[in-house]
Order: sequence, then structure tokens, then C-alpha cells
Amino acid sequence: MIDFKFIWYQMRRNPVSLAGIVIVAIFALVAILAPVIAPTPAGQRDAYLIPREGYSPVPQPPSWAHKFGTTQGQYDIYYGVIWGTRSAFKVGLAVIGSVLLLGIILGSIAGYFGGIIDEIIMRVTDVFLAFPALILAMAVVAALGPSLNSVLIALIVVSWPAYARLVRGDILAIREEDYVEAARGVGASHFRIITRHILPNSIYPVFIMASLDIGAVVLSAAALSFLGLGSPEGYADWGQMIQFSRNWIVGPPGHPLAYWYTVTIPGLFILFFVLGWNLLGDAFRDILDPKLAKR
Amino acid sequence: MEALVEVRHLKTHFPILKGLFRRPAGAVRAVDDINLAIRREQWMGLVGESGCGKTTLGKTIIRLLRPTSGHIYLGAPSDAIAEIESLEHSRDGHHRLKALRREHDLATFSGKRIKGVRRRMQLVHQDPYTSLNPRMKIRDIVAEPLAVHGIMRGKQASERVANILRLVGLSEQHMARYPHQFSGGQRQRVAIARALATNPEFIVFDEPTSALDVSVQAQILDLLKHLKAEEHLTYLYITHNLSVAETVCDSIAVMYLGKIVEMGTALEIFHSPRHPYTQALVLSTPIPDPKTKRVRIILPGEVPSPANPPTGCRFHPRCSRATEECRSTEPTLEAKEGSRLFACWHPLE
Amino acid sequence: MNDLLTIKGLTVRFHIYEGIAPALQDLDLAIGQKETFGLVGETGCGKTLTALAILRLIPPPGKIESGTIMFNANGGSEPVDLLALSEPDMRSLRGSRISMIFQEPSAALNPVFTIGDQIAEAILLHRPEEVYQQAADAVDQRLANAAGPVSILARPVWSVERRLYRQLARNPESVWLKFVGRVPLVRRLLWRISVEAEKMAAEALKDVEIPDAARVVRQYPHQLSGGMKQRAVIAMALACCPKLLIADEPTTSLDVTIEAQILELLRKLKVDTEASILYITHDLAVAAQICDRVGVMYSGTLCEVATAEEMYGNPLHPYTKALLAAVPKPGVEPSPIRGFIPDPLSLPPGCRFHPRCDYATEMCSKETPTMREVTPGHLVACHV
Repeated sequence: MIDFKFIWYQMRRNPVSLAGIVIVAIFALVAILAPVIAPTPAGQRDAYLIPREGYSPVPQPPSWAHKFGTTQGQYDIYYGVIWGTRSAFKVGLAVIGSVLLLGIILGSIAGYFGGIIDEIIMRVTDVFLAFPALILAMAVVAALGPSLNSVLIALIVVSWPAYARLVRGDILAIREEDYVEAARGVGASHFRIITRHILPNSIYPVFIMASLDIGAVVLSAAALSFLGLGSPEGYADWGQMIQFSRNWIVGPPGHPLAYWYTVTIPGLFILFFVLGWNLLGDAFRDILDPKLAKR
Repeated sequence: MEALVEVRHLKTHFPILKGLFRRPAGAVRAVDDINLAIRREQWMGLVGESGCGKTTLGKTIIRLLRPTSGHIYLGAPSDAIAEIESLEHSRDGHHRLKALRREHDLATFSGKRIKGVRRRMQLVHQDPYTSLNPRMKIRDIVAEPLAVHGIMRGKQASERVANILRLVGLSEQHMARYPHQFSGGQRQRVAIARALATNPEFIVFDEPTSALDVSVQAQILDLLKHLKAEEHLTYLYITHNLSVAETVCDSIAVMYLGKIVEMGTALEIFHSPRHPYTQALVLSTPIPDPKTKRVRIILPGEVPSPANPPTGCRFHPRCSRATEECRSTEPTLEAKEGSRLFACWHPLE
Repeated sequence: MNDLLTIKGLTVRFHIYEGIAPALQDLDLAIGQKETFGLVGETGCGKTLTALAILRLIPPPGKIESGTIMFNANGGSEPVDLLALSEPDMRSLRGSRISMIFQEPSAALNPVFTIGDQIAEAILLHRPEEVYQQAADAVDQRLANAAGPVSILARPVWSVERRLYRQLARNPESVWLKFVGRVPLVRRLLWRISVEAEKMAAEALKDVEIPDAARVVRQYPHQLSGGMKQRAVIAMALACCPKLLIADEPTTSLDVTIEAQILELLRKLKVDTEASILYITHDLAVAAQICDRVGVMYSGTLCEVATAEEMYGNPLHPYTKALLAAVPKPGVEPSPIRGFIPDPLSLPPGCRFHPRCDYATEMCSKETPTMREVTPGHLVACHV
């Protein structure tokens, strides 16, 4: 089913998608090699705690010791963004993974069986969708206490209804296809029909949406951290780094960009991470669903 | 001769739900009181235009759809059928009726029992482009019935699949490929192979060649002929093409708006139709011979909606021979000359 | 040559991922005036592509590589090469001189516009002067019949309308008048034009024997049945009196009795209008009923062309013979053709049919046969 020649052909026609794959691959490499390229100082137990040099609130510009400079509280920016890549992947993949699972299960049940089960599940998703996403996430984090795990749970709570709906819609479309009826005619059980016939044919748009969403999830996680509702202080997390830079976005009069490195560098990491996943989602779409692809 | 498949008073109605609370406001009477008997190894054709209910009838017989009322029998002994029939009309004997029905009447089956019956009857769909799961290999598609019924798995199943594929004119190499790599005719062969996997007795074909080219159609019909002879199958062949039905079917039933209007051998239907609708169908079917200028009966108007069929004889608004009687009373399908059955107050000579 | 349409050496190829697929190869075809020509063949033989090539509507990645299509619109005067025309010139031909009706009437009709709107669109595009003239005449009528106090007030408005319509009738392209038409208050005046166009649309519907045309004109496609929709599509195609009507399998999706109605209608229209019909179908039986001459295509080439009687009574090409044998006829069992239709990316060398041909010889696998006239009017492309 994986036709590499076809994939390469599509990539050649859409170089932008190729960029997406490359960007995500680079980030993945950074995340994997974090202990190598940004080694944890000896004696520190938790690798995710950003090492500090002193406690001065004034950020220091890039130097040999601190390649990207330091931010408020003398946290090393370089270490922070490198290990932040790891947290970003952790958040993105964990949230999207769980949401996919939840959404597929609930969406398939709702879409396949219809009737009252469908109604109940849909009303539940309505309730969740009625809340503005960020507010609901904040409420959940506030209730559970700020930490990266609460951020994860909050984002799962907020994202799953959209996926359940999407899966349900796809199932409704596929449910009436001839081959599903043929499977019923053969005597297949409901479970078999859903797993072997309906899902494999409807799942690709969901995967595409999922890859696009990873970027959005990481962005939301960063937003929550920026608001102080995320990981504890000093944790290697891009949102945290932006939060540290809050007071230093504009420097003293005469040197407004004096502390550019505090906000720009984490910002650029976030930007390219989200961009990479968006483009990757496009690439998936081109490969997996030729009907939607640009010709 | 005992019939393999028998259908009595079969009705399949689809309720029309209207209003805020989805109240039933009428029904689409797709199949309305059908009686049909198909003998063993008979090739029965079911002919009609779109909307007449033939597909619904086929799918109801093999229980892909739930009948609203009526009886379906597959290989049931004729005395049981007769007993059920008489008990239906009598006042008592409800328990006996229920027991008999539970044993023989497919219309009452559900769940596990239906699954058991599915081994014996299968359906081949109309459109070979949508009836195969595009993400499954051919081998898996054809082996699925075997896996579902727990007949065989793994290597044994693969061997059986190879045998069946050979039977339908494909080869072993096709097993590992996907449907989109095949042409329409080949895909239809795969669908037929899938239907044959569990060694059924009865196969319903829902317009199997209408999506295919003429030459491919001829190939498929040839294949069906051979298969029927070799595997001793019984066919219900649904089509809107009377020419095809005439050349391959033993007998033909003509449907209009949920009812069978005429039934007889292929020759009788084509050369001496009794029902005006049958005659119109026969004369409307084009023949590849520019020299025969047929007396065309152009039927006026359109087929009425099955949710709101006309009173009396359903065909009367379009019939040139309609009288008051036709408008008020519905003719019953009766055996007139021997095995010929038709439902008309003023049949043709 | 007095033929309406002459195609010579038409070659169309598709440039796709897997390679270059030759779809039409060196096609030669001629359609006479007031003639119904049937183009028969199975799926993939290129018959729809031929029609699209005539109208220059071939979708990419297909490209017309060579050939000429001479269209002789005015009988006797300069034939025009359709493949050499510019796009705006081609657009003025489409719908007015050459129209096409498609297989699926539901797909050919826009579901959010009424039938009348869609027919009127074609009319307004190609025959605007008539519409304006009719509008002017209608206003004349109102002025003549005017009586009572209201009409006295409306008189000046009507005379302005009449001036406007007369101007437009003389000069439909006038930019200044179009500008006037856009000014909000004045725009109301142009409402009468749409009324007139709708009337003309109703006329067109009457020509195709749609009952109660005045009501149907206001209806939406989903309110009509399949047969009625196809009639409406035919009305749309004939609204501008084309010289060539291309019908791409118009009855394939219809029931047999409705198909008989539509074929009867087309027969009547053959007599009434001046148009030639290029009737594309895979159904040999239907072609026999309605076509004067028939051409059989296989895998991108024409095999045989003859009059209907000749073709069915005395088929010469092995494919034609096999095809006729495979069609189910009453009393005769269809006999299949062995083999499969070749994949356009791997066509057999020489004659494309030779692997499936019972009469194939050595030469058939080496040289592609060209069309030669065996008896007057009967052309065959075969070595045997």
C-alpha cells in the first residue's frame, strides 16, 4: 500500500510538502538528540529543569557560554528550547494520540449504530463544544493544578469532540457503501464491519486533520504555559520561555530590541514547529487522498 | 416440484417520517404483497424499471432488509409452508404457527440464525466499482465469508480462494492485488467469487452487468451459465434489460410499482405478453436491427411514486385499455393458462 | 465537401504519472448535413473524448496533439478549423452552433437555478438581440393597450424602456447600455428582459414536449423526474438552434420506457430542426433505432463506418461482428468476445484488436490498418 515512487512523485510536484517533512524531521532529530546537543549539567536530576546561572532578572545576550543567551532569571535559552522540543512532541503526540483513540471509538459507535446512541453521544459533544476552548482548558488546568500533565488532560478534554464528530460524519458516509452491505450480506459482525471495512476507508481525513492539529495543540499548550497555567517554573517548555520574556519584549528606550533573543528564539521554534506539521498534514493529504490533492 | 425459494405475501414498506418528531406519515411501499416461487436450479429473471421495487425484493429475500410482513422460505418442506398458510387464516393454533414460523420462515429470523442462513444465499451487487472494499486485497475479500463463518483460515482459505478464482476465470496471481487494479468485468468476477465462497445454493444478482460493456456482459453471462451448471445453483437475476433476461432466464417475473404483474417463461413473456405493461416493455426494448421498425407503444407519463400508488390496478393511469374496473379494483396475480400468471382485467390476446 | 463536420488525423494523448497514454489515434470522421451519426464503442474507446475534442473541452492532462476539425457552419461557405480557433471564438460557437447533451441530466443541471434560468442563460448568451427585440415589442403592446390613470403615470417609464430595448436590440454589446443597466433604479427596467427570456425558455420546453411548460420553467431540477430533466437538457441544447448536436449517451441512465420516449422525441427533432446529431452510445440497439450512419470505435481508433443497414446487415470488421454477436437479442444467446480491452498504456502493436480477433494474420500484429472504402459509403480499417 505504500508506494514510494508515488510518494516521491507527489513530493516533487509539491515541494512545499517536502519542506514540511524536512522540518518535522529536523525537529524530531533535535528532540531525540537533546541529551547530546544540550547536555544536562552534572548532578541535575530532572533533565527538564533549565539550568540557571545566577538569579539576575536581566537577560543576557548570546555568548559562548549561553549560545542563545539567557532569559529572565538567567535560564539558558538554548537548553530551554532544545529540551522544549521534547516537551512539545510529548504534548502534541500524547494529546493527539488520545484524542484520536477517543474520537474514533466514540465516533464509530455513534455513526454506525445511529439512533439513540448517536443522539446521546452527539449531545455530549455539543456540551463540550459549547465552551470556548481556551477557557475550558484553563478551567481544567486550574482545577487540576498547574503542571504539564494537567495541560495534557485539558487539551484532550477540549479537542476530542471535534474528532468524534469528524469520524461520525465519515462513518455515516461510508456506511451506505455497497461493500459494507456486501459484508453484512456475508454475515460479518458489527465489530468486523467497523474495523475492517468502514474505518480503513474513512480514517485518512482524520489522520490528516490530526497532523494539522498537532501544531495547534502545541500552540495551545504554549498559550496555557504563557498564562502560567502550565508546567512549573523553570521547566523546559516553549510557552514558559515566552512567559519569561514577557517583560523584556521591548527593551529600554533607545535600545528597543535589546532583548530580542528572549522572545524571538522560542517564538521561531514554535513557528517552525507548527508550520512543519501543517505542511506535513498537506503532504499526508497529497499522498493518502489523491481526490483532494492539488493536481 | 418443490421450490427452493418461496415468498408469500411479502411486503417491505419504508416509513416516511415527517415533522419535528419524525412521525410516520405514510410509507414507501416498495414491495407490496409479492408471491414468488423459484425452483431448484432455475434461472428466474426479475424485470422492471427503476423504482419498481425489484432491488428491494431481492435484498429482502436474502434478509439484507427487514420485511414489514410476509413469509420467506429457503428449502422449507412444502407441507410446512402449506400449514403455515392455513394457520395464518385460522383463529387458533397461534403457538403452532409461531413454532413453525420460527423454524422455517426466514422473515422471523434475526441475529445468529440469519448468519447461519447467509451461508446458503448470497447477493452480487450492481456496481462492481463500489461493491469491493478498496483497501482489501482480493484474497481477503473472497476469503472473508470463510473467516466470518469460521469455515477455514490461513493457508487452507488461500487455497480455496485460488480455486474459486480459477472457477470464475481469474488466476492466482490476482489474489494479492487490489480492486482498483482491475477492470469492471474482472471486479464483478471477484464479487461472484466472493458469493461462491461458502457454497451457497441460491444467488441473487442485482443488475450485475448494467455497469459493464456489452462484450464484458456477454462474458459474465457465459460465466454465470457455466457456474450454474457446475455448482447446481439457483439464480434470481434482477435486471431492467428485457433482452438480457430473455436470452438467459428460464422464467421471468415482471414488476411494476411493487407488484408482480406478469410471470411466465422467457419465450412467453417476450413473444406473447398478456399484461399491457409487459407489452410496452417488450416493444420499448431496442433491437440492434435498423430494419425492424417496431410498432412502438410509447407509454405516456412517468412512473408514479411508490409512496402514493394509484388506486385499483397500479398501471391504469398509463394504460390505454383502462376501464372503470381497472380504476377501482386491483387485479390479483392469478394462474390463467397453466403456469402463466398475470394480473390484469383486460389482458392482451 | 458539403459535410458539416470533418475530422482528420485527430490525435489526443494523456500525459499522466504512469506515462503517456494515447487516447485517440489518427481519427478520421465526417458528419453530413442533417445526418444522425452514431458513434458506438465500449468504455474507454474514446468516443466521449472525440466529442470533447470537437468542443475543445478536453481536460488536462489530455492534450490534442495533431489533426484538424473542419466545421462547415454555413453550408458552402468557409469551413473553419475548430482546433485553430481562439478561445473566445470557440466560446461563441459552443452552445450556439454546436451543443452537447450529457449522460446524467442531474449533473448537467445546476440545482440552485430554475430550469427557465438555465435555458435563458444560453439564450441570453447567444441570441440577446432577439430577447431585447421581444422586450421592446412587449412594451409596445403595453403602450398600445394602456388605459386608466396608472398607465398615464407609467407611460413615460415605458417609453424609456422601449428606447432602451430598441437600442440594446441594435447593439447588444454596447458598454454604455450595460452601465445603465447596472444603476440600481434603472436595473428594474431590465427585469422585463428576464421575463421575455423566460418566455422563450418556455417555448423551448414546449418544443421538447414537456407538458405544462409555463409551470416547469419555474421549477428546480430536483422537482423533475429523470426523463423530464433530460428533455430540459435537450431544450437547453437546442435553444440556440445549433447546427450540430452532440449527444453523449443521453438515454443510458433512463428506464427503457422513458428511453423510448426520448428516442421518439429525438426522431421528431431530427425532422423539425436543421441540426445534425452526433449520437454517442455503447448500446448498439439504440444506435440502430435512431442513426443514419454508424461508426464503431475500438481503443481510440475507428474500425468501421457505414450506414445503419449496411453496418448491421453486413458487418465487415471482426470487432463489429463480434460486438453484434455479443449483444443480447431475442432468441439468440450472446456470445462473448475473448480477452479484455487493452490498457491504453500498453497497446498491442499493429491492429489494436488483433489479440482478440479470430481472423488475425501475421500482418495484423505488425501494421496498423488504415480505413479503406470497401463498398461506397462503407469504410473499414482491417487487413482481412
